[in-house]
Amino acid sequence: MQAANLLIEASDLQRFYGNHVAVDNVNLELKAGEVLGLLGPNGAGKSTILQMLSGTLAPHAGTIIINGIDLKERPTEARRHIGYLPETPPLYKDMTIREYLNYCGRLHGLKAKQLKTSVESAIDDCQLGELQKRLIGNLSKGYQQRTGIAQAILHRPPLIILDEPTVGLDPLQLEQIRNLVRELGKSHGIILSTHILQEVDAVCERVQIINKGKTVLNESLDSLRQRDQSLEDFFNKELAAKAETKHA
Amino acid sequence: MLNIGFSEFQRLFRTPLAWVLLAVVQLILAYLFLIQTENYITTIQPQIIASNAPYGVTDLVLTQLFVFAGIMMLAIMPLLTMRSFAEERQNQTLVLLRATPLSAMQIVLGKFLALELLVLCLVGMISLMPLSLLLGTSLDIGQLISAILGLFLLLSSFAAAGLFLSSLTKNTMMAALLGFAFLLVLALLYFAGIRTEDPSPLLVYLSHFGHYQGFLNGIIDSRDIVYYLLFIVVFLALTVRKLDNERLG
Repeated sequence: MQAANLLIEASDLQRFYGNHVAVDNVNLELKAGEVLGLLGPNGAGKSTILQMLSGTLAPHAGTIIINGIDLKERPTEARRHIGYLPETPPLYKDMTIREYLNYCGRLHGLKAKQLKTSVESAIDDCQLGELQKRLIGNLSKGYQQRTGIAQAILHRPPLIILDEPTVGLDPLQLEQIRNLVRELGKSHGIILSTHILQEVDAVCERVQIINKGKTVLNESLDSLRQRDQSLEDFFNKELAAKAETKHA
Repeated sequence: MLNIGFSEFQRLFRTPLAWVLLAVVQLILAYLFLIQTENYITTIQPQIIASNAPYGVTDLVLTQLFVFAGIMMLAIMPLLTMRSFAEERQNQTLVLLRATPLSAMQIVLGKFLALELLVLCLVGMISLMPLSLLLGTSLDIGQLISAILGLFLLLSSFAAAGLFLSSLTKNTMMAALLGFAFLLVLALLYFAGIRTEDPSPLLVYLSHFGHYQGFLNGIIDSRDIVYYLLFIVVFLALTVRKLDNERLG
């Protein structure tokens, strides 16, 4: 029954851009109620992995099972279980926050009463209450980011994929979003990407470090702490090693 | 699918673009209509009465109006369709639709539905002008309905082609230009086909306008309807393919 609890079961993912291998044989698993941090330097392939997991980009090789549903075989059904915030939040600047969330909700098949309650709780969760009648185009980057997150959690999917959710936020907003992620992480499976170490430390239970399209570490933060190895050390060592081989 | 359609339709009217275009179309066609009607009353009508020709106001004023409407839409429709996918791509919002449990086909049909609603508005507004003549004279209603149906099909086919071209690029200007160029080529085929020397029925057949003519003369031919429907289906199918391909990359 272990397998049934897995929200994501991705194996041997590969993706090329021309001749360049962006993602090379990455395996990834996520259980319900777990927050996984995908950590890596810029251009490591994090976004590509998340795009593939969200079903917006097809992998060139490998399989992805979302909540027991093969993403390739039954894409529309699998996508019902996913909430996805891309790197650039997909916002319509000529809509108000509320209109936008209503539209997103309807796209996910929510109706009437259910739609209203979902939109309201998403607005509450992301603390967008006073701004809900403002046009998205007139909002600051931080609020736009939050609207993007609201869109991803709107239909209460079991799996939430956030691509660099805290980019462009001020320290206070950052803390709020981290709290929100921790809160959501109790009941949902969350996978988020970041290149900020502290963020992983602050919200994630497990970390998977990606470099040059390959997994270089996949371990829970608890066991890392037990080994008394700080994430930072590992990360720096890993990157230094890569840099050396490059120079050599 | 309906959601996308209605939401897109509303969003079209958020920007001044749709309003301005509708107003410009209406203004120009109304002016043409006025001139035609006046011309008809002052010069043509006496001639017809004198020569006892079998033409009436429907043939001479309405047909002209609908021909002009069709030609004008060559330039206007690309401006209305250009945003469909190009703008979504520019703002990186296409991902939003992709990440929902909607298939590429549903997305395309939704977008097309929005354009169809707009086309209905346009056709409705254009049809009101000849209908206003009913206040003072009698019209060949059958021929008018046929012309309206023809214009609707013509504009729908423009919309489908524009939608596809919009899915090819992420630049709205580029989408509009491509759309205009493509429609213009189709129109040129028609003009090349009806030359007095060496006319080519094939070119006329391939062109949009070749099939529009019948409707204007009051002939609803199922072959013409099938031509337009096929045209629409082909371009929508191409758009779906384009979207799917992009995901597979």
